[in-house]
Amino acid sequence: MYKTWKGVQPYLLATPQTLVFLLFLIFPILMIGLVSFWEFNGYTMVPGFTLSNYADVFTEVSLRTYLNTFKYVVLVWFFCLAIAFPVSYFLAFHIQNQKLQIILFLICTVPFWTSNIIRMISWIPVLGKEGLINSLLLNLNLVEQPVEWLLYSDFAVVLGMVHLYNFFMIAPIFNSMMRIDRNLITAAEDMGASGFQILKEVILPLTAPGIAIGSIFVVTLVMGEFITVRLMGGGQSASVGKLIQTQIGSLQYPLAAANAVVLLIVTLFLVAGILRVVDIRKEL
Amino acid sequence: MAKISRRYVIRTGLAAGAAIAVTRCASNTQQASAPSGTPNNPASGPEVNTNQVKDVTLRMIGTGVSQINEIRNKAQEDLGFKIDVRALSTEENNQIAITQPGQYDLFDGEYFSLPLVVPSGNLQAIDVSKIKEFDKIVPIFTQNKFDGMKVEQAQGTYPYKVMYLQDQDSKEFAAEPTNWATLIPFQYNADTLGYRPDLIGSTKIESWAQLFDSQFKGKTSILDIPSIGIMDAAMVVEAAGLMKFGDKGNMTKAEIDQITDILKQQKRDGQFRAFWKTFDESVNLMAAGEVVLQSMWSPAVTAVKSKGIQCVYAPLKEGYRAWGGGVGLSKNLSGVSLDAAYEYLNWMLDGWMGAFLGRQGYYSAIPENARKFMKPAEWDFWYEGKPAAEDMVDPFGKTLEKKGAVRDGGSFKERMGNVVVWNSTMDEQVHLVKKWNEFIAS
Repeated sequence: MYKTWKGVQPYLLATPQTLVFLLFLIFPILMIGLVSFWEFNGYTMVPGFTLSNYADVFTEVSLRTYLNTFKYVVLVWFFCLAIAFPVSYFLAFHIQNQKLQIILFLICTVPFWTSNIIRMISWIPVLGKEGLINSLLLNLNLVEQPVEWLLYSDFAVVLGMVHLYNFFMIAPIFNSMMRIDRNLITAAEDMGASGFQILKEVILPLTAPGIAIGSIFVVTLVMGEFITVRLMGGGQSASVGKLIQTQIGSLQYPLAAANAVVLLIVTLFLVAGILRVVDIRKEL
Repeated sequence: MAKISRRYVIRTGLAAGAAIAVTRCASNTQQASAPSGTPNNPASGPEVNTNQVKDVTLRMIGTGVSQINEIRNKAQEDLGFKIDVRALSTEENNQIAITQPGQYDLFDGEYFSLPLVVPSGNLQAIDVSKIKEFDKIVPIFTQNKFDGMKVEQAQGTYPYKVMYLQDQDSKEFAAEPTNWATLIPFQYNADTLGYRPDLIGSTKIESWAQLFDSQFKGKTSILDIPSIGIMDAAMVVEAAGLMKFGDKGNMTKAEIDQITDILKQQKRDGQFRAFWKTFDESVNLMAAGEVVLQSMWSPAVTAVKSKGIQCVYAPLKEGYRAWGGGVGLSKNLSGVSLDAAYEYLNWMLDGWMGAFLGRQGYYSAIPENARKFMKPAEWDFWYEGKPAAEDMVDPFGKTLEKKGAVRDGGSFKERMGNVVVWNSTMDEQVHLVKKWNEFIAS
């Protein structure tokens, strides 16, 4: 009797969590999947079964939109990593004072104290035609016409997203680096390894799980992005998220649902790919 | 040592995540269901007792343009019952009207949304005989007449086309006036292109075609709401002689394909600086000098001006694109709350609200009623197109125009009379949205 109780206990403990997941995660996704097969009559959705929504997803435009979204994913991921790795390295290995380390880490979170819309809009006075950078360039006589590609361009979209999501890369990498046993580095130094060799042979492999976790955050966030793409791209850039948003805006829920299902599958593949490369269980 | 930091890290990470989740969710918050005593849950019994009205709360959804607290407070004060207003974007407003009928009692929407909203059966027909001054409403709405001016031939979802229902329970629009109306109008306007006279040089803006003028390459914008943006685009390509339409307000698939191809080409050539979706975006684009010529809404031009920046709402030779907004009744309403809703509709027409909106440049359904609440100088400026006899101040105390200024486009008659097209919902709406998405994605 006591044994069965012991056996059941973990399941009981997991039940509330499971119910919450079923109700708020699995159920909505199933509903989206269901609606993606429904019909659309011009103003609302009608229960039914049609594959035409999926046929509309696999068109040239969607394909181009997906490619464009992948472009953002790759660029944002690359720049996030390029910034996050040195920042975390500096925080983890160069700052010896624990208090200072915490203060500096806290500074990394400062941008998150305001809403992401505000953070993006604040770029406009900086990058605009009459913005800070352009006024500076014009006053220094470096350019004759304001530089236009600074705002409402792919550059602006990537900049905005790197700014928004960089911290999701910094936190897990920093965390991984803090867990590296300092004796390993000392040992490597004793064996005559150069600074670069230590970075390559010791730190990088041990930080890999952190990079993988950060990459999952960044990739999934950028795949679903629409608001940054709209505001920083001036409405001229496309992403899958924005495509879905326009469809929802014109009440075409079944088509939007089909797009969402495809997006979900593509994103899951990307995450699975990352997990295949790096075993993040080591981290946990 | 490392351990403490790690915990700290996790905590901050969670806090950051939570903060993001909160900001993301906040924009999606929806109102809770109706408490008892409200129209969804009305007191039963047909006998109307005037005392009961004070317990009524009418929930109203609408676009931000008209959901103004001052108007709500005045209505509550005059009518004695409560009104809850919820400001939404044009798209959200239609979504809720169609998919969430339980969430509203009054629907403040545009006429072009009716071909989508009415078939859902979520609105109840308005009994015209209960609207005291219905006959005084501008005949553009009630009879599609306006002194024989251009507006009578306007294309698109013009209000008269969707003004009446065939019968009380019908979901079909009537071709002739009946006793059953869809919306009671309260604000409308004629839209055109806005420009920055200080930034366009010596060129005069006289035609819609100039939006595609290579001189303004990279300095123009149109709005990214398919039903409205396509109409501006149609005005432009037709004016530029790039294509002809059978009916701009109800394009065929082939016409939609052709116009989006032209738009895509313009986009590739770098003609547009940006597309805008909300009122504020259009104001910012103009005020920051990002664009010098773009499709705009009238109060957005006044908003730019109130920042001390020159902006002109160009009267163009081809005419205006118009829109009209009105209030409809939810099918949930009955008994006391239905009576309250009719009281609101009648109050809306009696002039105070028309004058309030008139001071921002919108037109009222019954101009002569609005006139009663406006100063003669205000009436002359906004409706008659005469030079301002004094500084024009908006309802919030901001000076919009200095003494001596004249309204762009002139009088009510000159502006509304020259409307050639209304915001539209076309038969090929699904195809339009698909092609519009291609244009944005291209």
